[in-house]
Amino acid sequence: MEKERQVLVVFPHPDDEAFGVSGTIASHVNMGTPVTYACLTLGEMGRNMGNPPFANRETLPNIRKKELKEAARVLGISDLRMLGYRDKTVEFEDPNKLIAEITAMIDELNPSLVITFYPGYSVHPDHDATGAAVVSAIGKLPAAKRPKLHCVAFSNNCVDELGEADVVHDVSAVADKKFDAIKAHQSQTQLMMAGMAEGLKQQDPEVMARLNYERFWTYKY
Amino acid sequence: MDPVNVNYVQEALDAFTDKEVYIHLETTNGAYASHHNERFFSAGAYFRNAKITYERAKMTGAGPYRVGLKIPYGWVYAEGITHYEIDSKGRILLAGHDFDGKLAVALQISETPFE
Repeated sequence: MEKERQVLVVFPHPDDEAFGVSGTIASHVNMGTPVTYACLTLGEMGRNMGNPPFANRETLPNIRKKELKEAARVLGISDLRMLGYRDKTVEFEDPNKLIAEITAMIDELNPSLVITFYPGYSVHPDHDATGAAVVSAIGKLPAAKRPKLHCVAFSNNCVDELGEADVVHDVSAVADKKFDAIKAHQSQTQLMMAGMAEGLKQQDPEVMARLNYERFWTYKY
Repeated sequence: MDPVNVNYVQEALDAFTDKEVYIHLETTNGAYASHHNERFFSAGAYFRNAKITYERAKMTGAGPYRVGLKIPYGWVYAEGITHYEIDSKGRILLAGHDFDGKLAVALQISETPFE
């Protein structure tokens, strides 16, 4: 993995960073690169409440905020920013407001790499809207000043339409941190963790691949 | 939250009768339903902080439960309610959790707006 000057990660929900990019984040931190994570919402509308439920609609935001901070601590993210949007509403906000906020962060941090969702290929409307705003913000910069933009995509049609991911990171060296970051989002991942721990024990190839490799599509303007 | 106790919930609903209250009403299959099953038609809606006054409230059914609130020009309705909580702010939180424990429906009533 190339050493970066500064990494900026922009996702809408606490736990978006855990599944697909926490190994990449931990690897950059290990190389001494500062990582800023801008998380738009607190996942207020999440459906997972624990089983039996230990959270409810009104306690969930604070629980997820604590989980997010714990995941950031596990990964060594030095700069965690919560932007105060509400879960499931990002696509209805004025896009220019979000684009301006992202532009301001890019101006301030001067990242060499930005990571977000690939608009149109990321399933959740908040994911697509977040990715679209990041793509617009970077697109407004003169070509020579644009940071690299690596996008996460996972819609069923993403490989058919985008081709295979052009960036694949082997993050097996930090798989334990990734596992802990996923686990930190307890309210959301409790059910999944049981299956994942069992898969690890059995060396299930699908679970191993999910933990050890992270894939990105470089956004081309 | 605890599994619904109809008597407790009914008592709490009755206590808000004829008062100005805020409601949060929500149904959802989750944003991933159609991703995991492309033949699944995903639908949902939510309304946070609608201000209403109801003249009558009733919880019914054998579980999961249904709740209807009669308002001057119509009704508020939710089905699939499995759990309840009267929280420290005196708000009635009702939720329906599916077989995996995931929230599928919520109806919440409060005398002050939800944050």
